[in-house]
Parts: sequence; C-alpha cells; structure tokens
Amino acid sequence: MSLDLILRIGTKLILPFILLFALYVQFHGDYGPGGGFQAGVITAGMVILLAITFGLDAAQRIAPQSLVQRMMPLGVLIYAGTGIAGLLLGKNFLDYSPLARDSTHGHELGIFFVEAGVLVTVSGTMTAVFYAFVERGR
Amino acid sequence: MTVAIVRQRSLFGVVVLTTIYSFLMASVLIVLDAVDVAMTEASVGAGISTVILLATLNLVKTTEMRSPRPHLLALFVSIGVGIVLVWGTLALPPFGTADAVIHKHLVPRYLADTIKETNVPNAVTSVLADYRGYDTLGETTVIFTAGIGVMLLLRGARRRGRREGENE
Repeated sequence: MSLDLILRIGTKLILPFILLFALYVQFHGDYGPGGGFQAGVITAGMVILLAITFGLDAAQRIAPQSLVQRMMPLGVLIYAGTGIAGLLLGKNFLDYSPLARDSTHGHELGIFFVEAGVLVTVSGTMTAVFYAFVERGR
Repeated sequence: MTVAIVRQRSLFGVVVLTTIYSFLMASVLIVLDAVDVAMTEASVGAGISTVILLATLNLVKTTEMRSPRPHLLALFVSIGVGIVLVWGTLALPPFGTADAVIHKHLVPRYLADTIKETNVPNAVTSVLADYRGYDTLGETTVIFTAGIGVMLLLRGARRRGRREGENE
C-alpha cells in the first residue's frame, strides 16, 4: 500500500484521538451525550480507518479477527450478566440497586457495566462485519 | 435529494448522496436538541454504513441496470402508502408542542426522578440503560444476531466457492 504520505501521517496522528474521543463518549455518557452504542461505533470507525489507510493486516494486528469475534457475544454476556447479578442478589432482573452499598451507587455501577457490554458488542460486530466484507472482496 | 438518489444510475453517487443526507439529518437532530441521536446518526448513518456500502460496491457492479419497463403498479403503491402516511400524521399534535400526549405520562416522571433514583444527569442514558434496560438488552442482542447473520452469509458463500474451485 503506497498511499499518499500526508494521508498516512494524518491518519497516524488522528487515530489516538479518535480512540480517546470514543472513550470520552463512553465514560462521559452519564453526564453528556453519548453512551456505549456511539462509543462502540467510533471505536470500530478507528479500526476501519486504520484498515483503509494501512491495509487489513495492520488493522488485524491490533484487532485480530478472533478477538473481534469473541467480543460480539461477550458484550451481550456482560449485559445479561449484570442483569443476572441483580437477580442473584435478590432483586429483579436488570435491577441495579443491590450491586453496591446504596441504591445510587448500584445504579451507577449497573449502568457502567451495561454500557460496557453495549460498547464491546457494537464495536466487535461493526469491525467483524467490515472484516467479513473486505475478506470477501479479496 | 430523494429524486436525485432514485434517478442516479451510478451506485457510487447514490452512496455519496445518502451520506450527505445522513449528515443533514444529524444537523437537523442537533437543531432539535437530540444530541445523542445526532451522534448516532453521524457515526452510523454517515460513517459505518457508508464504509459498508462502499465495501459492498467493491463486491458487485457499480452501475444499476436500467429496468426494462417502468413499474407502474409499484409507483402507485408507493404513492398510495405515502398519502396514507401523510394523512396519518395529520391527526398528530402540531410539531414541537409541549402539551402533546407523549410528554404527559412518563416523561415528567423520568425527568423528575432520574437524579434521585439513578444519579445520572443525562436522562437519555438513564432511560436507555436503567428504566428501559430490557429494551437495550434486546437491541444489543439484535446487533449481535445481525452481525452473526452477515458473517455467516459472507463467509459461508466464500467457503462454498472455494470448495467448488477445488472440485474443478
């Protein structure tokens, strides 16, 4: 892949900030706009940008196919596991209040885990679908 | 813009136009103060789906075939459905009214109690992840299932193609 020098350096410079913004959207979702879904899509967008500029192999070095495929069900399991944790602690499914000492902290913790699950599934799925399309085109 | 998308024969142009449309919709949503939705629209509609559509164009031909005869029945059906939908919106309360029915039942309760019950200042997040946790679990499962489906379709076909190649 011998693309334009400016394009490659520009991509290199912007990639960490895309990831940083994704993490900001993820963890600031309680206070501002954003959340797991948007952060997952932005993370996947970072991997896709890397793949477009530097080729698929470079992208699969940081996000291997096996990892991406495991992330898809893992996120759903994190989400459902948060619900089942509430169930085991004696409340309803997806009731976050028993997760911590008081109800407020429990809710914060529950939302954190749930959003993390959404992030993992969404970013994994988007990247895996992109990989599948690209490998089909080879 | 819709007319341009329909009239366009080059599918690459169609993808570019739908991306522009997504960006415009994202701007409209920001004007409507729905920043969460605008963010999703910009990242999914304009970002990921453009990439996926371009990847699809890489696999298929990029010009649409001219249909042999105009489908008059399809035209009538779509115009009819459009008229019914517009007629349905006439019964809705005027755009942006604060005392519409949907703002009267659950919304005030969510807005009033979200800080007390969940301590999350962004009501969108608390509704999405807490009050409506089941729905979001369902959505996550839908994304997972859709991803599995796409991967099975694309990779299964590739494996079959390879096997046919071995037989030859």
